[in-house]
Amino acid sequence: MSDIFDGLAAAFWLLVTLEPNLVEISLRSLQVSLTALAVACAIALPLGTWLAVQRFRYRRVTIATLNALMGLPPVVVGLIVYILFSRSGPFGVLGLLFTPTAMIIAQVVIITPLIASITHQAMRDLWAEYHDLLISLKTTKVQRVRTLIWDGRRTLLTAALAGFGRAIGEVGAIMIVGGNIDHATRVLTTAIALETGKGDFALALGLGFVLIALALMVSLITHWLSQTEREGRW
Amino acid sequence: MVSPVLPLKVRGVSVRRGARHLLGPIDLTIEGTGLTMVLGPNGSGKTTLLKVMHGLERPSEGKISYGLARAEAERRQAYVFQTPIVLRRSVQQNLAYPLELIGRPRDEIRRRAGEWAERIGLGGALSSPATRLSGGEKQKLALARALIRKPELLFLDEPCANLDGRSTRAIEEMLLEARAAGTRIVMATHDIAQARRLATDAILLINGAVHETGEAPGFFDAPVTSETKSFLKGDIIL
Ligand SMILES: Nc1ncnc2c1ncn2[C@@H]1O[C@H](COP(=O)(O)OP(=O)(O)OP(=O)(O)O)[C@@H](O)[C@H]1O
Ligand SMILES: [Mg+2]
Repeated sequence: MSDIFDGLAAAFWLLVTLEPNLVEISLRSLQVSLTALAVACAIALPLGTWLAVQRFRYRRVTIATLNALMGLPPVVVGLIVYILFSRSGPFGVLGLLFTPTAMIIAQVVIITPLIASITHQAMRDLWAEYHDLLISLKTTKVQRVRTLIWDGRRTLLTAALAGFGRAIGEVGAIMIVGGNIDHATRVLTTAIALETGKGDFALALGLGFVLIALALMVSLITHWLSQTEREGRW
Repeated sequence: MVSPVLPLKVRGVSVRRGARHLLGPIDLTIEGTGLTMVLGPNGSGKTTLLKVMHGLERPSEGKISYGLARAEAERRQAYVFQTPIVLRRSVQQNLAYPLELIGRPRDEIRRRAGEWAERIGLGGALSSPATRLSGGEKQKLALARALIRKPELLFLDEPCANLDGRSTRAIEEMLLEARAAGTRIVMATHDIAQARRLATDAILLINGAVHETGEAPGFFDAPVTSETKSFLKGDIIL
């Protein structure tokens, strides 16, 4: 028991003193996951909206694929990205394995289907509501997508938050492609896994608190967004 | 003056959805100035006919043509839906939307949106969310949003269905004013008294077919068929 209390006390101490190692790891985590989020959103938001608005031949197949990709285990994503970027792989020459870039790529692969799928569902409902009006007003395709994205922006933000939550808490894939290298690719989750293994609960718990705080923030903002949505404020 | 969008010609138009025959075959011409009232019992095809004429629904057979090329003609029309569609935006942004689409300057948009909000009694609610308006307020908003681009051909699907007497009169005044300014109106209604007040000519649809057409007031005062007679009296026709 005393181990745990000692660990908790030490963790608090690391947090209040902003221990450099803890700060470095937290910032790297944010940097990797926020970059992955930005890239994933740039792909997923237009893609999900487009899938809701546009009828084309392989639409159903694309949506089914997207939903299937959403269920892809992160470890497998890590494995695939590893193979692709390992020295003998097709992208080996880029030398990206065990860099933050490789971790970003893995996270993008993991969260893009999730964000695109939530976006698609939300945009499909909104499109059903707006369809007749936007057709009657002779909107162009670009205007339609813009209108839907703007008027559905809260749902889209919720989708993005879900993606961020998944990215920041993910450990399997980035462990494989990042390698958990100190001062290079060590992030919150991989550091927790390592420190726990070593029995250094202080740092593990301290990092855990940061992670919990981030997760809490995400769900609070999500809650607040759905609140304003219900009340029709904006 | 007669809009170059006209004449709107409906030639041999039928609408089928699946195995169901909804409408037609219908031959009609909308021309000149005025207000054509489309009458008929529930499910007789009024909405379907308006949507086909506006180009929202494709006829299964037959042809719709305008006085102008299709793209140009459709730009000069507006449509108010039976159940009002409001954007999840403020009242002001709802009114501004059609003008933004065609790239009007900002200050003009703000001015016209303000004017129209005032006219429909929502001048004090410019920044409130349109989704929270009452049913009648939404209907008025949808009408104002349709009129804001000064359409030359306007389709209205029961625009007064949920309105009280005062709002109905306000809307009828707006319609008469639009008509005087040269907007050709085609409107569906269940309100025979309103049809008498506004129509320059009328069409009675029964079971998806044109049963009788005529100019007002003759259509209302001396209908030809007994079905029209009893429909106008308010009897139930089958
Ligand atoms: N997409 C569709 N598929 C199948 N049936 C349809 C479709 N749209 C309309 N209908 C049917 O077509 C008929 C005519 O519908 P329409 O909405 O034109 O009637 P209406 O005259 O406007 O009725 P109301 O007075 O109730 O508004 C109805 O029986 C309706 O059920
Ligand atoms: Mg109808």
